[in-house]
Amino acid sequence: MALGRPIGILLAKELRTEFRTRELLVSTLVFVLIVLVLFSFTFDPTTAESRRFGPGLLWLALLFAGSLMLHPSFTREQSNDTLVALRLAPIEPVSIVAAKILANFCFLLVAELVLLPVFAALYNLRLLPVLGRLVAVLVLGTLALSIVGTVFAAISSQARMRELLLPLLLLPLLTPALVASVEATAGLFEDRPALPAVWVGVLAAFDTIFLTVTWLFGEYLLEE
Amino acid sequence: MASAAHAMETKKTGTQGLATLGVALLLAVAGYSALFVAPTEATMGLIQRIFYFHVPFGWSAFVAFFISFLCSIGYLRSRAPKWDWLAVSSAEVGVPFVTVLLITGPMWGIWWTWDARLTSTFVLWVLYVCYLLLRTLIDEPERRAVVSAVFGIFAAFDVPLVYFSIWFFRTQHPQPVIGAGGSLDPRMRDVLLLCWAATLGLLALLLRQRYRLEALRYEVECLRLESDRRGPGPQGFATVSNPGRSG
Repeated sequence: MALGRPIGILLAKELRTEFRTRELLVSTLVFVLIVLVLFSFTFDPTTAESRRFGPGLLWLALLFAGSLMLHPSFTREQSNDTLVALRLAPIEPVSIVAAKILANFCFLLVAELVLLPVFAALYNLRLLPVLGRLVAVLVLGTLALSIVGTVFAAISSQARMRELLLPLLLLPLLTPALVASVEATAGLFEDRPALPAVWVGVLAAFDTIFLTVTWLFGEYLLEE
Repeated sequence: MASAAHAMETKKTGTQGLATLGVALLLAVAGYSALFVAPTEATMGLIQRIFYFHVPFGWSAFVAFFISFLCSIGYLRSRAPKWDWLAVSSAEVGVPFVTVLLITGPMWGIWWTWDARLTSTFVLWVLYVCYLLLRTLIDEPERRAVVSAVFGIFAAFDVPLVYFSIWFFRTQHPQPVIGAGGSLDPRMRDVLLLCWAATLGLLALLLRQRYRLEALRYEVECLRLESDRRGPGPQGFATVSNPGRSG
């Protein structure tokens, strides 16, 4: 069965639900902003120091934001009992997961693009010369976060203590993606900016592997 | 009928006792050869003998997690509860094995260093602790089995990525690396393999015990769910005791 059309329709539905209230997007933005400002108190944010710590701070803030904000993508369906309706639809179950991954990817990416200038201003980093490559790293890293994050949101929504459980499951598993994104971003803030090929490779491998695993096993999470 | 079941149970306990004895003997022989038979290492001296338990426990832990991974896939494909029992048993036996690995490593001399292998093993340990934690937070047996199988598969695919990324990260930033390297004395290798056999025996023994415990636990859970479905009150007892009273 074709996956494209159902994914498109479901993605439109996810985006419509979100942009009616914008609660997820706004709270993610505010959360990352708070974390970035708080981090600036933990060390002296001069240019040299920021270059060393900046990429790590940015990605940690995004990871924390993701582990909190991806949570509603399944609990929202549960509270309205709409997941049953989605499952009854004559579509591949995996397209429900795929649409949610894409929707979360869009939310996080929009938030990041808004935050990027703020981050650069707060930490005195020059973005414009490396903007294109930085966006490429952001896309790969955010895809990693949203694939695993969405699947684990489906897992944690079926357990007790779900709000606490999602970060616990998500953060250790994302270690390789965090290391790769931070190193790739750090390479762009060096004196001679260069995109380290090996870390982009790790990110691409992470995305490919977990997209495949989700495609193979994701649908089991939706059964009743 | 009852006596046959009883005899079978006795026989089971018998073989189990024998297996326990065998593994204990193997562990004793392995311990003896690690301490007295293997030659003393030239530069590190006596402390190097930790190696004969440090490394085999690590290898056996990886065997345990690999079994858990295969069983998770097996469960999702077949939906037979036994795969789930084996998956949780091997993860639960693997975690203490990695704990031994993480404790015997620092005994080697350095308490903690952000060495590549140590760091990635620590992440591995956290991943499987989270797997076990997840299982405690879902009550319904079938849901728990499905959800934790999916998480187990994700964790297993993550392990090589963790090892590669941290290894590459650390080799970029110079760090002390505790690596074997070089060649191993044949006597040392033989003792190492003997110790590995002993820890594998221990793994099998614990796995078998834990598997049976999980099977019993599953049975109890099913009975409890059944009795919940029948509703509260002692109707079950009433129907049994009535004929006796009337007769």
